Amino acid sequence: MDLFSKKNKETFFTPLWVNNPVATQVLGICSALAVTSKLEPALVMGISVTIIVALANVVISLLRNTIPNRIRIIVQLVVVATLVTIVSQVLKAFAYDVSVQLSVYVGLIITNCILMGRLEAFAMQNKPWESFLDGVGSGLGYALILVIVGFFRELFGSGTLLNFRVIPECLYVKAGGFYMNNGLMVLPPMALIILACVIWFQRAKNPDLQEKNN
Amino acid sequence: MNTNSNSYTIIYASVMVIIVAFLLAFVSSSLKERQDTNVKLDKMKQILSSLNISEDELKQDAEAAYNKYVVADQIIDINGNVVVENGGFEVPSKSLKDAALEQVPLYVCKVNGETKYVAPLYGAGLWGPIWGYISFNSDKKTVYGAYFSHEGETPGLGAEITTEEFRSSFEGKQLQEGGDVKISVVKNGKVSNSSCEVDGITGGTITSKGVNAMLHDCLKRYANFFNK
Repeated sequence: MDLFSKKNKETFFTPLWVNNPVATQVLGICSALAVTSKLEPALVMGISVTIIVALANVVISLLRNTIPNRIRIIVQLVVVATLVTIVSQVLKAFAYDVSVQLSVYVGLIITNCILMGRLEAFAMQNKPWESFLDGVGSGLGYALILVIVGFFRELFGSGTLLNFRVIPECLYVKAGGFYMNNGLMVLPPMALIILACVIWFQRAKNPDLQEKNN
Repeated sequence: MNTNSNSYTIIYASVMVIIVAFLLAFVSSSLKERQDTNVKLDKMKQILSSLNISEDELKQDAEAAYNKYVVADQIIDINGNVVVENGGFEVPSKSLKDAALEQVPLYVCKVNGETKYVAPLYGAGLWGPIWGYISFNSDKKTVYGAYFSHEGETPGLGAEITTEEFRSSFEGKQLQEGGDVKISVVKNGKVSNSSCEVDGITGGTITSKGVNAMLHDCLKRYANFFNK
């Protein structure tokens, strides 16, 4: 078996752009709104989701032939919740600063639709290695969109990137300049608008994704 | 094997729950000690941050820095008398939200040879609890520094209360007069008395109001101590 066969590469790369979980499958919109007003939480959330999806995909894929069909969603949920709880406990013990930063987002991961979506649609039918690749790919695809949205929202909403000042202080009205931060950028509606622009751009580049006019 | 039969489903679910329960209990109990140490160190860092101790010094060894600056963690009663000389650190900040609480912690610190006091704060923001520490000079009239933190305020909006910019705007403000708490957070741009009022966060109105309420609710218990 070839670990990096053409098919496996496809499994990994398509969720990054063409079959992006946020832009194409429209999953995980809720957290994309909640954590993107700054770039840093967006990055942290993206990485955490990637790790959890990959692990959960592997576990479910290993168990896939034993899971009773009628309670499969419950089993998936239990696996995700257990993983998230363990990761959050370990972080609290060994990387306290990170866990303080993640705070409520750790809980949000459990409710992230991408997790359930990937488990149900992919891990239940595929082998562990493929599921792992799919999980990492989907997680990174999700992180990519979050980072794009977070980048614009922090840059125009706060004038900073990763809390470093990008737009110089002296340009601001307060310091006698002409510039003001765009307050709408840090509010949730702007996340939807930027997200819509990303989807627009993505569809324009991939004609396959466009709906046919009858 | 028929994975769709009732008995298989029930047994599968039971076994799964038992395994998960053991796993979580094991992880939780084996990591408890480390987590408690982390929480303790974090509390020390927060107290010292309100005294404007540099981040670098805290990163190196928070416990050593705490022992260096904090002289006593007292508990004082509503009349301003010291009840316990050392033990205020053990009082969880959460207990401050109980309005009937009559004994509150007070940290006596020495920074560069000058005596400073630190009082813990605890209140409610928009989405969850907010807390902090406020330090003041030995005249009990001027704010020396402040530290704020929160559980889940909106990043970019309410969460801005943790920034250096917001915290440093408290420095040098008037804390109280005759026991009445004067220090206040007002709507951004509506500061009428700059000696004791601080600009709120734009777009974080409810969190700003929460900080204001927290300052007044927590500090009014120190009224008699202020007048001593």
